[in-house]
Amino acid sequence: MAEPRETLLRLHALGVAYRRDGRELHAVDGVDLELRERECLGVVGESGSGKSQLLLALLGLSAPGARLSGSIRYRGEELVGAPAARLEAIRGRRIAIVFQDPLSALNPYLTIGTQLTEGARRQLRLGRRAAASRAAELLATVQIDAPTERLRCHPHELSGGMRQRVLIAMALMCEPEILLLDEPTTALDVTVQAQVLQLLRDLRERSGVASLFVTHDLGALASMADRVAVMYGGRLVELASAAALYAAPLHPYTAGLLRSLPRLDLPLPARLPSIPGQPPDLAELPAGCAFAPRCPLVHERCTRQPDLRVLPDGRANACHFTGSATQVDAAWIRA
Amino acid sequence: MSDSPSLLEVRELRVRYRGGRTAAAAAADAVRGVSFDIAAGESVGLVGESGSGKSSIARALLRLVPATGSVQFEQRELLSLRGAALRGVRERMQVVFQDPLGALDPRMTVLELIAEPLLEYRRAARAQHEQQVLAMLARVGLGPELLARFPHQLSGGQTQRVGLARALMLGPRLLICDEPVAALDVSIRSQIANLLHDMRAELGLALLFIAHDLPTVRFLCDRVMVLFRGRIVEQAPRERLFGAPQHPYTRALLAANPVPDPAQRPVAPAPAADHAATAPAEAGGGCAYRHRCPMAVARCAAEAPAIRPLGASLVSCHRAGE
Repeated sequence: MAEPRETLLRLHALGVAYRRDGRELHAVDGVDLELRERECLGVVGESGSGKSQLLLALLGLSAPGARLSGSIRYRGEELVGAPAARLEAIRGRRIAIVFQDPLSALNPYLTIGTQLTEGARRQLRLGRRAAASRAAELLATVQIDAPTERLRCHPHELSGGMRQRVLIAMALMCEPEILLLDEPTTALDVTVQAQVLQLLRDLRERSGVASLFVTHDLGALASMADRVAVMYGGRLVELASAAALYAAPLHPYTAGLLRSLPRLDLPLPARLPSIPGQPPDLAELPAGCAFAPRCPLVHERCTRQPDLRVLPDGRANACHFTGSATQVDAAWIRA
Repeated sequence: MSDSPSLLEVRELRVRYRGGRTAAAAAADAVRGVSFDIAAGESVGLVGESGSGKSSIARALLRLVPATGSVQFEQRELLSLRGAALRGVRERMQVVFQDPLGALDPRMTVLELIAEPLLEYRRAARAQHEQQVLAMLARVGLGPELLARFPHQLSGGQTQRVGLARALMLGPRLLICDEPVAALDVSIRSQIANLLHDMRAELGLALLFIAHDLPTVRFLCDRVMVLFRGRIVEQAPRERLFGAPQHPYTRALLAANPVPDPAQRPVAPAPAADHAATAPAEAGGGCAYRHRCPMAVARCAAEAPAIRPLGASLVSCHRAGE
């Protein structure tokens, strides 16, 4: 019998705004989202979707000048406006992040060992030797051979795939409950990407760590996520189980994005399906639905902002069009 | 590979970078004896992981890095050309880079950027430039309202279209594309791939399309070459390469490609692979792929496999076809 899963993170009406050239831009706008125990929640979006700003806000790492509104609760505790010391205690210890670019996330002057153990020594008050032995253990967990010797290496002595695994090991040092994954496979070659995805799946099976996987790549996410949230222009436009979302996307943007992925497993098309236009500029968002200028189902009503409606089957969709996935797909084919 | 006369003939191309941090790195060639042809109007894909030498091949063809071997373009040896003769060839062979913003001068407007090749080669009176630029802009799907803009005022897709317009301005016969869609948003990538597809058909362009994105290569290329550690390990016509890959590395690449379907998982090669990736390339014999290869036998360590025909493919593997 499956136990009900507790909610680890609850975002309510989350907003991240900042000023540029005297105007207020809403990078994240009214996002409601939950991350439950043991689950992998995918957050998909293109440039300007707000997915990275959302991730940084969760850690209290938004750029100076950014204004947070709404609420982020971690096990019931409000993080928006929490004192820096409290955020610091949660960061790394309870919620850890794996960044996209392992070379810039690692300090080139320090050994892997120093960087791996730094946080754990501070957060868990581990001694030097205890921390080093935990670091070596974790390097083995992320399938790096000769882990003890690797602790003495500098980042440039490792391949890209190894550096990415070191970052994953680093995030795991304090046994966090939540891993935030910021495009963890984007900078990697396809074979290494498959290895890192496999590793993340294994870790989750073994330790049950929950994760928020932020990416632009619906392909890489497919084998990882239990649920997927799709963002566009700072807002959540669709939320569904991965099975439902990949099989029958309801929002025209999700459907368009899935169709645009060139695939090896389908017959070669005469032209690649694509979405016309370009991702939105936050400074020039249209009134109403941000996707309207690119949407094959655009209608007069789309000048009003659509609400995110929760459907009877638990999915959620922010679109005035209430037809089926088949009808959305047909609109793209006609377009 | 083709009956029509070759536009480009590359033989035993080698690129060696000096100044590696270690002796092993300094001695390792980025490109280790690569030979291939591209026929007029043909589109050829070059795939491989980072460090495989794909971009070094592009730079060698463009004479941006020193190389040895032979590169014949329209029956002229490129590697010994200098000065005006080299400039003449550059009109006929153009390039589109991965990072479109980094490739464009930030102080020039779109009009100046696209007109620059004409000025450089004194093809037209200044008065005619704007008209030609406008025609090219329309061709790459951009409106005249962009003419006065600077690169930082363009979106990623628009910037790459400007890069393509610049490259096409002099009517090249060969366009080298170095990861031209990798930095773009997913919804924009297919727009640019479609545009390249159309331009190629419309202008009879030959393409050397360098990418690690296999589905886009499958869409754009007639023939595909797979590069591993500076050597071509397999080349074959599109249907053959994607339908019946012969080299174990090609198979690993295809199996690792993610599919947007939660029921299917990309197949990860054994992680021991990574250790070998950091080991210096050996000077001695043996197949460079053997450390990762699930099929490796004693012979693979003793003797480097020569490239050989196998059906419609050329493959360099002792065990292929067994």
